[in-house]
Amino acid sequence: MGKVIVVTSGKGGVGKTTTTANLGTGLAAMGQKVCLVDTDIGLRNLDVVMGLENRIVYDLLHVVEGQCRLRQALIKDKQYGDRLVLLPAPQTREKDAVTPEQMKQLVKELKEDFDFVLLDCPAGIEHGFKNAIAGADSAIVVTTPEIAAVRDADRIIGLLEAEGLYEPQLIINRVRPGMVRRGDMMSISDIDDILAIEILGVVPDDPDIIVSTNKGEPVVTNSRSRSGQAYRNIVRRLLGEDVPLMDLNERKVMHWFKRLLSGEAH
Amino acid sequence: MFEFLSRLFGGSDGSKNRAKERLRLVLVHDRASLSPGLLEALKEDLIQVITKYLEIDEEGLEVNLDKSDDSVALIANIPVKNVKRGTK
Repeated sequence: MGKVIVVTSGKGGVGKTTTTANLGTGLAAMGQKVCLVDTDIGLRNLDVVMGLENRIVYDLLHVVEGQCRLRQALIKDKQYGDRLVLLPAPQTREKDAVTPEQMKQLVKELKEDFDFVLLDCPAGIEHGFKNAIAGADSAIVVTTPEIAAVRDADRIIGLLEAEGLYEPQLIINRVRPGMVRRGDMMSISDIDDILAIEILGVVPDDPDIIVSTNKGEPVVTNSRSRSGQAYRNIVRRLLGEDVPLMDLNERKVMHWFKRLLSGEAH
Repeated sequence: MFEFLSRLFGGSDGSKNRAKERLRLVLVHDRASLSPGLLEALKEDLIQVITKYLEIDEEGLEVNLDKSDDSVALIANIPVKNVKRGTK
């Protein structure tokens, strides 16, 4: 039986989809069998971030309405094939086209075949959110060090707990170490003080993410990228390894140098 | 220029403290909403405890969260019918 994790945030634009794509790809790279589900009905995005937009034939709605078999709708990843698949969201329908009950059933089927099922949740707290969390065993909350994002994360944590998803874990995305050092951005410990949930990972703000999204190749596979390293760390934590949080204050040159010394460069 | 210099020497604290403080206040309010279910449960528990000591008008009992600028208070209005004799 696989683990079902919903990736959520409340606020839009903090990096849910990017996080889902990178964690999924990273888990597949570690030998896990992973299914990514885009639950953002009407605003499908995970397909383009994964670079799979040209391969879509069926979507989540076709599956729950019985118009195709589940396996027919799962799109194989370019690099990892069977080990990493995507179930895309329908693009042309309304958010209430799917019910939480249908989602539960779908996820139940998926977790029999996969080690990890990652559900990419839409922004907001309405129908789409309820669908996305319906079948989840645990939750990852993504936030950025901004007041609006942290506020929404706080609200989402409350809602998750009300739905029985206790102990969600936090990913703090787009941290800018220089601004934190100058006191112009909330630090990890500031956010930890406020939200007080387990921190699963910290991802630096990194132009590599934009470049990799442009190409449709998640940054986690880029061994030279710092955000890629951050995602790889999170993946290892998800697999139960004890990996310390990344030192974001380390200069790029030092990071590169250390990697060179540790023989990790390739 | 002064700001730059004072920052350089760590004299002023940056804008993050403003953010933290504002966030703290806004969350006091956000978090101060009990779901109707929770509020009902709280009421029932309150009634149980208070009726050990006082005879109260259970229908007239009101419990609310009162939000002011930087604090939240639980306000309960409990009409007392009679004080029980012989309680400690």
